[in-house]
Parts: sequence; structure tokens; C-alpha cells
Amino acid sequence: MTANIDQGRRQFIVSSAALGGGMMIGVNFPLLAQAAAEGVNEVTHWIVIQPDDSVIIRIARSELGQGSFTGLAMLVAEELECDWGKVRPEYADVNEHVRRNRIFGPMTTGGSRSIRDSHKYLREAGAAAREMLTTAAAKEWGVPASELTVSKGVITHAASGKSTTYGKIAPQAALLEAPKEPKLKDPKDWKLLGTSPARFDIPDKTTGKQIYAADVRLPGLVHASIAQCPVFGGKLKSVDKSKVEGMRGVKSVVTAEDWVAVVADNWWRANQALKALPIEWDVGTNGEVSSESINTFLRTGIDATDVPVARKDGDAAAAFAGAAKVLEAEYSAPFLNHATLEPQTATALIKADGVEVWVGTQNGEASIAAASEAAGVPLEKVILHKMHAGGAFGRRTAFNEFTKQAIKIAQTMPGTPVRLQWSREEDMTQGRYRPVSLTKLRGALDKDGNWIGWQVRQSEPSIAAAVLTQFLKDGIDQIGTRVFIDSPYGVPNYTLEYAMRNTHVLLGPWRAVAHTHNPFFRECFIDELAQAAGKDPYQFRRAMLEKKPKDLGVLDAAAKAVGWGTAPPKGVFRGIAVSDSYGSYSAAAVEISVKNGTEIEVKRVIVALDPGYVVHPDAVKAQIESGVVWALSAAMLEEITIDKGRVVQTNFADYPVLTMRHTPKTEAILMPTGGFWGGVGEPPMAAVGPALGNAIFAATGKRIRSLPLKHAGFSYV
Amino acid sequence: MIEFSVNGRAVQVDVEPEMPLLWVLRDELGLTGTKYGCGIAMCGACTVHLDGVATRTCVLPVSAVAGRKITTIEGLSKDGTHPVQKAWVQLQVPQCGYCQSGQIMAAASLIATDKKPSDETIETTMSNICRCGTYVRIREAVKLAATLK
Ligand code: FES
Ligand code: FES
Repeated sequence: MTANIDQGRRQFIVSSAALGGGMMIGVNFPLLAQAAAEGVNEVTHWIVIQPDDSVIIRIARSELGQGSFTGLAMLVAEELECDWGKVRPEYADVNEHVRRNRIFGPMTTGGSRSIRDSHKYLREAGAAAREMLTTAAAKEWGVPASELTVSKGVITHAASGKSTTYGKIAPQAALLEAPKEPKLKDPKDWKLLGTSPARFDIPDKTTGKQIYAADVRLPGLVHASIAQCPVFGGKLKSVDKSKVEGMRGVKSVVTAEDWVAVVADNWWRANQALKALPIEWDVGTNGEVSSESINTFLRTGIDATDVPVARKDGDAAAAFAGAAKVLEAEYSAPFLNHATLEPQTATALIKADGVEVWVGTQNGEASIAAASEAAGVPLEKVILHKMHAGGAFGRRTAFNEFTKQAIKIAQTMPGTPVRLQWSREEDMTQGRYRPVSLTKLRGALDKDGNWIGWQVRQSEPSIAAAVLTQFLKDGIDQIGTRVFIDSPYGVPNYTLEYAMRNTHVLLGPWRAVAHTHNPFFRECFIDELAQAAGKDPYQFRRAMLEKKPKDLGVLDAAAKAVGWGTAPPKGVFRGIAVSDSYGSYSAAAVEISVKNGTEIEVKRVIVALDPGYVVHPDAVKAQIESGVVWALSAAMLEEITIDKGRVVQTNFADYPVLTMRHTPKTEAILMPTGGFWGGVGEPPMAAVGPALGNAIFAATGKRIRSLPLKHAGFSYV
Repeated sequence: MIEFSVNGRAVQVDVEPEMPLLWVLRDELGLTGTKYGCGIAMCGACTVHLDGVATRTCVLPVSAVAGRKITTIEGLSKDGTHPVQKAWVQLQVPQCGYCQSGQIMAAASLIATDKKPSDETIETTMSNICRCGTYVRIREAVKLAATLK
């Protein structure tokens, strides 16, 4: 049964099918509908309070598994003083957002910024709502609001013995004007923030009930599989549709400028037909590009003489001229793919007066804009259903090509919902990749081994030029240069140069972006300098971070936890690194042992993190555990290469990622020092890779400068 | 017609015998808890129980399950109270959750035969990919699940 129910300004779909013992499957958005049906008591636009005292908190950012549904709701609930047990988060409706002049603020869920960007207005919403509710109760009782107390959604007037609940008073409160500057609690008075209530999104993720974009099932739904031109920028030349017409279940073959899709009644049939379809591509001018030719191109950036200067402190040339020792090294990193476990997927339905779309996205606004553009209808004519994403990591931010493709296919069959799911092969070869980089570093030491000069030259494709042009300044990528342009080390003479070398390979923000490889280059090179200076790498860093207490704080904590300065157990070797990012500070210490010279066992990884404040310690811990896996996977295993203009790797067989067998013991040190709000989704990764590289050097004397480490013959055991 | 049982119910499907069970479950029977991640038996997102044993279904032709018993994540327990599910909630394992049906089915199969799995057994049996990197918790949750009723 399916019902499309218009609830005034909201719309939802309930679809159910009885199967497997009366189980409900389908898409279910009961909360908004229920609120609408019962008359919405909106106490600020973030909060809906229902007669049964349940509190719906709207979440503008996406739940990607990082816990935003819980953490963001906590920020509101802390100030609201409601009963946490009665809180239910739901997505802030993107259509309503559009209709109400972007009332929910930014919806983007990237750059580790969900909490750090919205904590203030969310806490203020909670405080404002509390004020409105108490004011309404005070009015009703004819007593001063200052005499009321609130606890767990119950308002009490001690003198008269009167009490009411949020649910009862909400209709009156909803009519009041929200106070402009509600007073926020002092962090020391927080009761909920800093605790770890069970995450809202978890139970359904253990029962199969969680519906991802891939799982959307609607009456008459058809499935599509797509092939895009394997060489980025190429076009479709011809396709022989007759070869698959008449194949069982196949409904149609849809073509566009640079892709072909097969639509069938079952995704496997669509994909089988797609594989059988003779397709000819016009690959354009990039059909001979290879990893080798890209490397040669990057080399021109290292050799060039006219490269923009991104940072200049003191006089590096003079420092090098007078140096007692000069060190020089080149580091490199490959393209990487996100490989979200749910391949890119979107469902679209063309209706008489618009389009309806279901998609897992890191940015509801970007998705609705893309849908509007693709469908050629105004924003108000798009109904967007944000689904929890099956992994995101930056892949589902600005890019909505899969959303647009689903719409284009659906336009050929109005009234029929089309579910487009990319195959894993398509997902691997049509990614938005972490850029390659070739970076040359030079360091100058004086006769006492002090680090007096530093020259860094980055040569790489620009992520900003590709997707975030607001971060391009005078030919310098303000994102790609991070870690160097904002390096906290107090080197008196330092020059950073940035050679932009763009290729045809599509780029995207890959979890931590520049903080994936730049910390590896910087922190391993600093180890090289310490070694050349005959100094302890931890102490060498400390001396250069004198004026950076936060960096120093996490570095010291990681060093202490690993027992730096004491002898490790026999056969165990240590590495350490530090890197601030996304408003937070993190350091990592890694212990490894090495068998047969090249087989690395990572024994434990310690990450110390100072994000200013910790909203949900267990979720932050989970991000650290996750970040360690992500970082070790990239450092050792992951690599996308190019041949004949196309991505060589097609699936997890040739793009291996870390599995449990190689996941070490992880220790998370949360050390929030307060006074600032930093991110937690990306910062934990930054220092892990270089700490591993430095431990490998300590163990083997081999300095690895090219990622992934397997190139140097190393493997995990 | 190919007949087998899913979550205790007899089903008949009229599909190509070579269609992988995964797509029969997802697109013919509407059981979407079992996921597609790679299609080449590498990630484990498509794991179900075939006569009680964890099996990857993306390369398993439906003809091979004729007359046999399939349990999917939807049928693992009535109300999410299988010991593995309980342990998963208790230790707050999932992140994006997309791999977790497969992880849970693999873990349930493991503890059905090994009541005290060692780290090594867990690591060698559970090769499912979790791109979110929840492995640290999965390892602990499998051990916890083995102790729960
Ligand atoms: S989808 Fe079957 S193992 Fe990946
Ligand atoms: S929880 Fe996201 S892939 Fe495992």
C-alpha cells in the first residue's frame, strides 16, 4: 500500500509491504506527518513539541554515521531542559527550508563542521524555546516568569504549587515571539553535553530497517545501471540498443551526452544488459594520459621557476646560504577514492508538476538545487527526501551527478520512479578523487642542529579549482596548501610555493582533504630533520612549537601515553606526529613491530584530540577509531592509478581497503581545553599516517616518501 | 519457479536461475536489509544465512538455494534482540550502518558455533569491509554477543 498524503505545507510517503512475517518495509517519514496532522507546535523553527510531551528536534545536517542526529539534538536539548527520553530528531525539511528563506542555515555536512558551525544557534534555539515555554506558563498563571523552575520538560511554580508540561503549554508558547538573545548556560553547568546517550540512528542499523537511498522501494519502481565515459571529459559516440532490447525485464536504454543507462525491472537485469551493451566512446583528448604522464607533469611544477609564493616568513634563501646542514626530500601521494560502501544512488520520480527525489547527501541544499536544475523546474517544485547515507567522506557533498542522472532517466518515463544505482565498478572509476601530489621539502639546520630554514614546493592538481573556487587566491589553493600554509612550527625563515598542475582526473574533498597527505609529508620530513640534527623527534618538535600550547598539549599527551622516552618492549618501535586541522588539535603515537624486514604489525595507535568541547564523548571516540582505520588504510594500501586516460582500479579486489585483521588497538585521548569549538570527523586522522611512517623508520632505518607504503615493499600482517 | 524459504516463509520466484540471490531478495522480494557493496564476494555487505551459515549472496545463483533455508537480517530476530544485535546496540557499533547487516549476519553465524571466539578467530572469520572503520567495536561486540542470551 502506498499513500501520498498532502499535509498542507508538508508531504510524505508511507509505503509498506507485508513480507517476511508482516514486516514493514519501505520509506517511512512518520514524524513530520504526525506533527502536521496534530497541528504543529513549533517553538522556534528547530523544535516541535507535541501534546504527549515528545520533542522533535530538526536536524539540518546529514547523518552519515558520525552521530549528528544525536549530537546536534543534544545542543538544543541542553538549553531546552526537556526530557531527553522524549526527544526525537528528524531532518529539517529541505523543501520547507527553501520555502522559508533558508531558515535552517547551512545544511552542508563536511569539513567537520556540523557542530562547530551550528552549536551557537542551536543552543540559542533551545534557550529561546525554554524562555517561550516558561513565559507562556507564567502568563497563564499570572505569575512572574522568574519564579518558575524547569526540569525535564516540567514547569513548576513552587509558591502556588502549579505545574505544567511542555506538551501542554506548547500551543501558547508557539504563538510567542522568540527572544532575540537568549542567555546560554556556562559550559560548567552543562548536564547533557559531555555525556554519551545512546545514538538515535543505531537501532535501525542493526535490524535492516534503516532505509538508504539504495533501499527506496515505491510502487512501479524501476532500476537503472549506468556507464559513463571511462575517460573523464569524453563523450558517448554510439550505442547499439538492439543488442539488449527484448532481454528479460529490460525496459529501455537511455543515453545522454556522456553516459548510457539501462532501465529494467530489477537492478541485476539492468546491469547485465548494460554489460552486454555495445558502447563506443569518443574519449576526447585525454585518452593517452597515464599515471606516468601525470608524474612528469607534476615534475614540471617542481622544476618551474615562476611559482606563486603562498607563505613567506623571514628570508629562507639567506638561511639556507648560511646553514650548517641542508636536507632535501621529495614526497608523493596518489589519487584516492572514497569508495563509500553504498555506491552512489538516487531515486527520481517525475510528476505532473515537478520532481520527487530520494538521495543520500551531505548537503540537502546542493541536492535540491541540482534536482531543480536537472529537472528544469523551480526549487519549489522539487520534493527532496534526504536519506541517511551509506558512507560519505566528502563524496556526497557538491556532487550530485547521480541525482541529475536519475532525473534525466526518469524524464523519459514520467510517473515511474527510477532508482539509479551505480555499480561498484562505476563508483570506483567515476569517483571524485583525492588529488595526487608531489612535494619537495628542504630544511636548513644551524651548527647546533636548530631548524632555521624551510622551503616547501607543492606541485599538484587543485581541489579548489575543481570544486571550491572560493578557496582560490592568486593561483594558490587555500585548501590544498593547508598544513603548510598554516604550519604552527616556529621556523624563522620559511617559504611555501604552490605549483598548480591540473589534470583531467576529477577531484573531490576526501575525508580530511589536504590533511590526508600533507601531514605525512611535513611530519615525516620533520623526523628527517630531527635525525639529521641528532635530536629526539618528539623534543625537536616541542622546541619548534613553544608558542603553540594547544599543539604542544596533544603532542605531550600522545607522547606520555605511548611512554616516549622510555624503552619500548623488545622488537617494538615508535613514531609520533602532530597536526592541527578543522579547528582541532591532534597528535598520534604508533607502535609497530616488523617481521622479515617488511611485514608490519601495527600494535597500537594512540590519538590525542583537543576539539575545544566534546559534546558526545563516545561518538568522538568512534570518530577516532574510524579515523585510525581510514588513515592506516590510505597510508598502506590505497591507490588509484590512471592508464589510457581512465582509472585502472575497478573494485575492492584491486583497490583494497583495511579490514579488521589489520585494525590495531586504538586509544583515544579526549582532552578538550575549552574556549573554542573544533571538528572531530577529520582531525583524528591527520597525524596517524606520519606517525606510522616515522615508526617504520625507527624500526627499519628506511624512510618512505611515497604513498602508499606498499610501494616500498611493506605490508601489514 | 525456484522455491526456498526466507525467514521461515516459503517463497517461489520466477527468475533466471543464474540471478544472484542478493537481487532476488532485494528486487524481487523487497527485503532491502541485505546490501550490495561490491558484487564480487569481497565486502560481505550481502551476507545472509544459508541453512544457518553466513554466505555472501552477490555471487550465489538463486538456483543454488532451491529447497534451502535463508535467513536475512530482517529475520534474524523478531524485534532486534538477537544477542549480536543487542551487543551491537550496547557497544554502539554502527556508523553509516550500510555494512552492518552483513557484519551482524557474519557474527551471528560465528558465535552459533564458537561460544568463545578469540580475536584471531574473529579477525579471520569476519573479513567484511567496513569503510567507516568500526572494526574495533565489532571485535568487542562479537565477544560480548557470545556471552549474551
Ligand atoms: S556485495 Fe556481496 S560481498 Fe560485496
Ligand atoms: S558502518 Fe559504514 S561501512 Fe560499516
